[in-house]
Parts: sequence; C-alpha cells; structure tokens
Amino acid sequence: MTTQEALFNYCLRLADNHLILGHRLSELCSKGPVLEEDIACTNISLDLIGQANALLQYAASIENNGRNEDDLAFLRHERHFYNSLLSEQPNHDFAFTMVKQFLIDAFNYYLFDELKKSKDLTISALTTKGHKEITYHLRHSSTWIDRLGLGTDESNLRTQNAINELWRFTDDMFVMDEVDKMLITDGIATDLNIIKTKWQNTVNGAFEKANLKIPEKVWMQYGSKQGKHTEHLGFLLAEMQHLHRAYPGVKW
Amino acid sequence: MSDNQGILWEVFVQTKPGLPHKHCGSIHGHDKEMALQNARDLYTRRNEGTNIWIIPASEIVASSPEDTGSFFEPANDKVYRHPTFYKIADGITHM
Repeated sequence: MTTQEALFNYCLRLADNHLILGHRLSELCSKGPVLEEDIACTNISLDLIGQANALLQYAASIENNGRNEDDLAFLRHERHFYNSLLSEQPNHDFAFTMVKQFLIDAFNYYLFDELKKSKDLTISALTTKGHKEITYHLRHSSTWIDRLGLGTDESNLRTQNAINELWRFTDDMFVMDEVDKMLITDGIATDLNIIKTKWQNTVNGAFEKANLKIPEKVWMQYGSKQGKHTEHLGFLLAEMQHLHRAYPGVKW
Repeated sequence: MSDNQGILWEVFVQTKPGLPHKHCGSIHGHDKEMALQNARDLYTRRNEGTNIWIIPASEIVASSPEDTGSFFEPANDKVYRHPTFYKIADGITHM
C-alpha cells in the first residue's frame, strides 16, 4: 500500500463516520420530540454532513481518478463504506439516538483534537474547524445523558437499555490496521489507543454522574474498517443514494 | 411531538461585543442548559450573535396596556426632556 492509498482510505473513514451519523440524525427531521430539539438535531446533522463533504472532497483529490465527493458518497457500495458500526445503527427512541450520538461525539471530540496536530495540512485544517462544531455536539449529547439518566425511572431505564444495546459496537471505533500504522509513522494519523483512554474516562464519568452503568462481558462486534457492516447500512444507503442513482448528476 | 415542551424562555442576543442584548424571540426548554442550547440553535445559526441571554418568560415583569396612559403619555408634552436645545460640536456623528 502506498501512502497515497492509505491517506485516501483514512479520509474515507473519517468522512463516512460523519456522513452516516449525519444521515441517521437527519432522519429525525420533522420527527423530533419537540420543535426545538428537532431543529437542534437537524443542525448537528448538517454540521456532520458538511464536514463529511469537505473530507470526501479531499479524499477525491487524493485519489485523483476522476471521482468527486458526490460519486464517493452516492455511488460507492456498502462494502466500500468504512463508517463505524455504531454510526449506522437505527434511531429507535430518543434515548437510543442520544446515547449513540454521545458515544460518537466523545470519540470525535478527542480524535479531532489530536488530528489538529496532523502533519497533513488539509486534515489539520479540516479537523481544527470541525472540532469547534464537535465541541458543541458533545455538549448537546452529554447534557441529554445527564437529563435522561437522572430524569424519571423510565428515562433512566430507556437510556440504560440503549447503552446495553449499543455497547457491543464501541470497540470497533478503535480498531487500527496497516492504514493507521503507516500514517501514524508519518505523523498524519493518530494512535487510537490514546483516544480510547480519553474516551473511556469521559464516558465513565458521564455515565457514573447520570446513574448509568456500562454493561460487563459484552461480545464486541468488529468489521467496519474492512467494509463489513451490520444489516442496517444497506437500507440506509438505499435511501441516501436513491436520488443520485435514479437521476445521475441531478442538480438542486 | 410531545405535549410537554418545558417552560417558555425569552431570548436576547448580542450581535456584537459592546452592543446591548436585543430581544429576538422565545423558545421552550426544560432547564437552563437546554434553553440556552435551543436558543443558540434557533437564533444564532446564521452568525447573528456573540452572546445570548435567556430568561424564564414568567420572570419578566411587564407593564400592562391599561398603564399606557399613566405611564407614557405624560412625557408627550415635555419636549425639554429631550437634549435638543444644545449645539452639537462638529465631527460628533453618533448622538
């Protein structure tokens, strides 16, 4: 693998995490629990898709093979998406959505903070800009963890159920392979073990404060970095890519 | 959508440092942090603000329409309360 191929793959991973999480959140548009929260979730969704757009643009320029960011978003197949398994999980109730957002926001918060120091100037610039938005996303989702965990018996139960259900997808975010190793040597990527320690501290602290528990002895699921996904991604892509595939090159 | 949207908050946004906060509308929220975040998402997403104040709508004390006569009309015929009898020096623009 060349550095160029590794960098292309790395940008797809960053971009896909944001694109798929952003699309999932956009599904709440007009279906939020209250009007204000509907707007908040849609705003965050737009932030994520905007960041994905910039990262895919950069990926396309690295690949330099005639594809643009739209081709990468709308014409790749499921096995060529590298978003985390956690990001593609469907929404269910609001507690479920917020637990998912929180676990990923905390990951992105520390990852982007480290990537600001990347020797790749584009990644450094994009993550510096993105980190401001992610700081707000984390503030939004972590206050919901507080509120739901310490709210009523039912809100605590639903939040705990969401954690129990989603926890098996968390380790997948921290998997590293030769792409990471190659780029870490070059000072471009970040060691995800460092991110994991910080992430774990934040998540433990937030859950403890909100009277929530991390489940023990969970069988972890992996595969997203080889393009192996849960059954949900295919359906998401069918909806997300439908318009572009039905009307190739259609403009707004 | 839920029936329980939390209490009503009034939102004041400062557009630039040094300028007064201006009332721009209201939002719902269950607690201070939620109300602040909702205000941010609703009223400052197009670069309108540098600072936000939120106040529970129930905490605002307002004069009532019946007070209009006794409160405001007596000022109508007291032009001497306006500083319009002074000469403004050249070069002073914002008065």
